[in-house]
Amino acid sequence: MTPGDTSGAPGVVVVTGVGRYLGAHVAARLATDPRIQRVIGVDPTSPGPEVTDLLDRVERVRLDLGSLGGLLADLEVDAVVHLALVSAPDPQHGGRSAMKDQNVIGTMQLLAACQRAPRLRKLVVRSSTAAYGASFRDPAVFTEETEPREVPRGGFGRDILDIEGYVRGFRRRRPDVTATVLRFAPFIGSTADTTLTRYFAQPLVPTVFGRDPRLQFVHFDDALEVLHRSIVEEHPGTYNVAGPGVLSLSQAIRRAGRVAVPVLEPGLSGAAALARNLGFGRYGLDQVDLFVHGRVVDTTRLEREYGFTPRSTAAAFEDFIRAHHGGSLLTRGQLAAAEQLVLEGIRQVRATMEERQ
Amino acid sequence: MTDERREPGRYDVPLDVAGPDVEPALRNGHRRTARRAAVGDPRDEPDTAATDEPVPTPERRPAAPAPATEGAGRAATAPRKKAAPKKAAPGRAATGSAPPGGPAVADRPGDPWDRRVAGGLAFLRRRLSGDYEVDEFGFDPDLTGAVFHPLLRLLYRDWFRTEVFGLEHVPDSGAGLVVGNHSGTVALDALILSAALHDQHPARRYLRLLGADLVFRMPVVSEIARKTGGTVACNPDAERLLGTGELVGVFPEGFKGVGKLYADRYKLQRFGRGGFVSAALRTGTPIVPVAIVGGEEIYPMLADIKPLARLLKLPYFPVTPTFPWLGPLGMVPLPSKWLIQFCPPIPTAHLTDSADDPLVVFNIADQVRETIQHTLYELLERRPDPFGP
Repeated sequence: MTPGDTSGAPGVVVVTGVGRYLGAHVAARLATDPRIQRVIGVDPTSPGPEVTDLLDRVERVRLDLGSLGGLLADLEVDAVVHLALVSAPDPQHGGRSAMKDQNVIGTMQLLAACQRAPRLRKLVVRSSTAAYGASFRDPAVFTEETEPREVPRGGFGRDILDIEGYVRGFRRRRPDVTATVLRFAPFIGSTADTTLTRYFAQPLVPTVFGRDPRLQFVHFDDALEVLHRSIVEEHPGTYNVAGPGVLSLSQAIRRAGRVAVPVLEPGLSGAAALARNLGFGRYGLDQVDLFVHGRVVDTTRLEREYGFTPRSTAAAFEDFIRAHHGGSLLTRGQLAAAEQLVLEGIRQVRATMEERQ
Repeated sequence: MTDERREPGRYDVPLDVAGPDVEPALRNGHRRTARRAAVGDPRDEPDTAATDEPVPTPERRPAAPAPATEGAGRAATAPRKKAAPKKAAPGRAATGSAPPGGPAVADRPGDPWDRRVAGGLAFLRRRLSGDYEVDEFGFDPDLTGAVFHPLLRLLYRDWFRTEVFGLEHVPDSGAGLVVGNHSGTVALDALILSAALHDQHPARRYLRLLGADLVFRMPVVSEIARKTGGTVACNPDAERLLGTGELVGVFPEGFKGVGKLYADRYKLQRFGRGGFVSAALRTGTPIVPVAIVGGEEIYPMLADIKPLARLLKLPYFPVTPTFPWLGPLGMVPLPSKWLIQFCPPIPTAHLTDSADDPLVVFNIADQVRETIQHTLYELLERRPDPFGP
């Protein structure tokens, strides 16, 4: 008997992508849940030093996603959490083609293995709000039903669309498996290290001239909570996961005390490519599209079905600022002091003038 | 909110302080209290906004004196109430770190310039530190109230001498769909309508405009549109706004209305597919038709150079008496006289089930169109001279 039989929580869980930040944290968190018997972390490479100590309670298997089929059957796996997605091409690890291999082919192989696993009851797939694409005719707020109006220009967005397509196919073929697709807004938090957190951590932040996109973030801890609940509870379907509320990019930059450097859009695409080639910064068309169009999603369904509201975008960003206040050029205190200084100056000038009269 | 109650007394010049031997800082009426120093920033932009309020002079608005004065009377208090909770959380926290001893308010509280300077500085500080709220459509009431509406106020009040009638047909609360005629080569009428409505309606309602996607393609313009409360004209956005009880403004003629020749002025163009009606029906929102007279004369379009428009990917390329001949000077709108008439609302709450019935939708669209067209003719009779006083 597995402990999962009574509580609805699965007994044996496989987490892919444990070599990365998100996967490692999810696996570690699931391992501390007493309802779950075994947590098996799968990754083709051995995890980096920053996550290894998280994984001491997780059984680790160095395995390619292509050879997962045997593992799922042998270990009688109840649930699979698929987190092995790469959001930006890494020139040191094969660039875009390796990224596509991992994202699209990896997911195909994983789903093929899942389809043949008789005991499998639950599948949780990490997706992204990039699934909504970016178009000027887009509605301001995306609900889960919104179809992308244009295929995204960025590689990650296109991968996400492919991945969700494969999951739809899997749902048709295995209606007995509870498939949950979580469309995450960009992660942010005090410890998370993503393209976007690195972007906001710079003192001078490039933006697209004449565009002030509306952004949403999800706090890393809330993302973990939602992933955890997806495993131990039953939530079939697709969900947007984002912090309620909106920050505009300029507002976020100002709150972080950074200085925005507007760049013309063609220039920005070129600069992003140049930076990629020089090996620093991993901005691609995904980021440029996000910074032109912005992306806001409706989280009503998540709040209703999960009974959980992630902390607001502003609060999540505040947490990030607290951890990265070192690079700020212009703090609130300084601004307030400057304001007082000017007011005081005006007052003194006025007082002296009146005394002369 | 406790501050608000003391509000009326704040700028009174105290009669008992002006003793000659008092130290200078206190002599000129600056009442320094611990509370005020801690609160720090003065009632910043709402005050400037309130002083810039259109105080309706009777000779300017002969037709609607009573509601207008009432509107302005409330106008003075309304923005403060709105602004106070908004900046309560971050604004207070930020100023709390200010040097505690320093006087927070500039001298001479009675002097409007002092208040303006202090308000302007506080506004700048708020903008630079990001201490403001933006809704999910990108609407920034802080910026709209402090920058865009004062600019538009100059335009609609002093340049176009706009008169607004029938404001009682616009609901005080809850959703409403305001449907107007579009005109003027550059769609200034939408902006004028929203600014005039916000200034003169007793509930100071913001009009959330729905714009063509061309607006949102253009850098800078797209962001101004979003920050002033606009969004892309599509049914999901319209229904979302109406569902949250907002007042939505839509111009179903679209570019056919804005880009028509001067010879066709005040002739309503086709109303598209009636998407606005189905949005109203689905949410049970009343439709308020509005007729705007004056917009057609600001940039009278004499010709449309179609090949150039195609080349620039614009819906039309206008030739007016001043554009493109005078270059940038041709962008100055002609000072026509504007009349805006809101018509009685058309209720739709009983038709919620018919949102997908094309016949019902077309009938209501026709009804709205007829209403606007008739009202336009009536207004034109009331305004014999397009550039009159």
